[in-house]
Amino acid sequence: MQKLLAAFDDFGQMLFFGLDTLRWAVRRPFRPNLVLQQMAAIGVGSVFIVSTTAFFSGMVLALQANYAMRQLGAEGYVGGSVAISLARELSPVLTALFVIGRSGSAIATELGTMRVTEQIDAMETMAVNPVQYLVVPRLLAAVMMFPFLTMLFNALGYLGAYLMATYVAEIPEGPLLEHTRTFVNPDDILHGLLKSLIFAAVVAIITCWRGYAATGGARGVGEGTTRAVVVSSISILLVDTAFVLLTVGSGR
Amino acid sequence: MIEVTDLHKSFGANQVLRGVSLRVEKGTTFVILGGSGSGKTVLMKHVIGLLRPDKGSVRVAGVDITGLEGKELTEARRMFGMVFQKSALFDSMTVLENVAFPLREKDRSLSTRDLRERVIAKLKVVDLAENVLPLYPSELSGGMQKRVALARAIIHEPPVVLYDEPTTGLDPITTDYVDEMIVQAKERLGVTSMVISHDIASSFKVADRLAVLYDGAIAAQGTPEEVRRSEHPHVKKFLSLWFEKQ
Ligand SMILES: Nc1ncnc2c1ncn2[C@@H]1O[C@H](COP(=O)(O)OP(=O)(O)O)[C@@H](O)[C@H]1O
Ligand SMILES: [Mg+2]
Repeated sequence: MQKLLAAFDDFGQMLFFGLDTLRWAVRRPFRPNLVLQQMAAIGVGSVFIVSTTAFFSGMVLALQANYAMRQLGAEGYVGGSVAISLARELSPVLTALFVIGRSGSAIATELGTMRVTEQIDAMETMAVNPVQYLVVPRLLAAVMMFPFLTMLFNALGYLGAYLMATYVAEIPEGPLLEHTRTFVNPDDILHGLLKSLIFAAVVAIITCWRGYAATGGARGVGEGTTRAVVVSSISILLVDTAFVLLTVGSGR
Repeated sequence: MIEVTDLHKSFGANQVLRGVSLRVEKGTTFVILGGSGSGKTVLMKHVIGLLRPDKGSVRVAGVDITGLEGKELTEARRMFGMVFQKSALFDSMTVLENVAFPLREKDRSLSTRDLRERVIAKLKVVDLAENVLPLYPSELSGGMQKRVALARAIIHEPPVVLYDEPTTGLDPITTDYVDEMIVQAKERLGVTSMVISHDIASSFKVADRLAVLYDGAIAAQGTPEEVRRSEHPHVKKFLSLWFEKQ
């Protein structure tokens, strides 16, 4: 009971923290340098892991789809079905999960360390708002990099699927591309990108908050980082389900 | 300059401050002595508005810090420089960026060259040479970190400097050095200082006035001489440990 109350209290504080971040995001001074720095930290480092994952996911998806569709004599639809799974679900969700593992944990650790070594207090005494200086650039960078990385996932995922489908499964290229075009709409890509924007905000706020609210030395920072990863991963899955229910519904 | 009145603060069931009152005159050094965990840092964080009291007030240069928010609090904070217990240098920034930080944030139109020159001048005050500018805090010894922290605290020439255990964990030579710095800051720059300490020797050396924090309240307060003659049992015990050694 005590724990449940504490969790609710923490959740409330985090929402307040999120709102505070939005409030500071629109105030001067703007700090484009810090945003760029964070974009590099989140983006550049994630390009490799996201590309690799995307390429391999695309390849196995194509093989699995081929296995299933061949039974219906519908292997020409492999490209389209893989593309649509990537665009609507796999790219935004897997990208978010990988970036949480790589950058989300780094954010929680960095801010947590700054909190317990009083660097955040020090910043505040120097008349600089730490939410504006530390959290806003991370939020903005995430909001810009998540859709970019999701697009990258789409592209490399489809490339992997295409190569596997044409060269290994030997599906004729004509119908493969043709069905991809008729099957996939810009709406599907937008659906995925919109989700990645929401994921970005959720991940940035949760991981920053776990660092910002850290207490009790190195151990507290470690615990905060673990919680940041677990909570933001689960939140992504919950937000995804809610979003799909709200937009696609039962599929009327 | 600083007037703390009947300050109360609890964290959950933990009553840390239960009615602290003290007064720091302009241009003097005020030391707060107390055991570890007695609430010294909590008290200092109220003075600079990092924490809000449950009850009581803190007035600095006539302004009640506890009631301020946003811009006004930001403005009020520019009166202070603070040296943190473990230096709290930004570890993602070089020495130059660390020391320049308060200035750059105060006046964003300052040129890089101006900033650099002023940083070098302040580093000279704490006996550090230009060659430390590109180093990161992790590349410095504890004593050097402390000096950089000191330079950062006084770079914008604040009228009030707060020191949170400035000598804890330092070797005896650096301890002497920091004590000397505190005295120099008062005599040369006329700053008002508030120093937290559990180091009795240092405290008696730098203090104009001194208070002993015990059990959430001030157990004794006055000139070093007055505090030394205090009849408060805890204060007597606390001080005797050290005076016996002399
Ligand atoms: N932000 C905080 N939240 C909860 N408890 C705190 C907080 N800051 C300090 N405390 C508690 O207040 C007490 C006094 O701490 P502190 O002022 O840091 O002691 P010290 O005299 O060693 O500087 C300790 O019991 C500490 O656990
Ligand atoms: Mg302390």
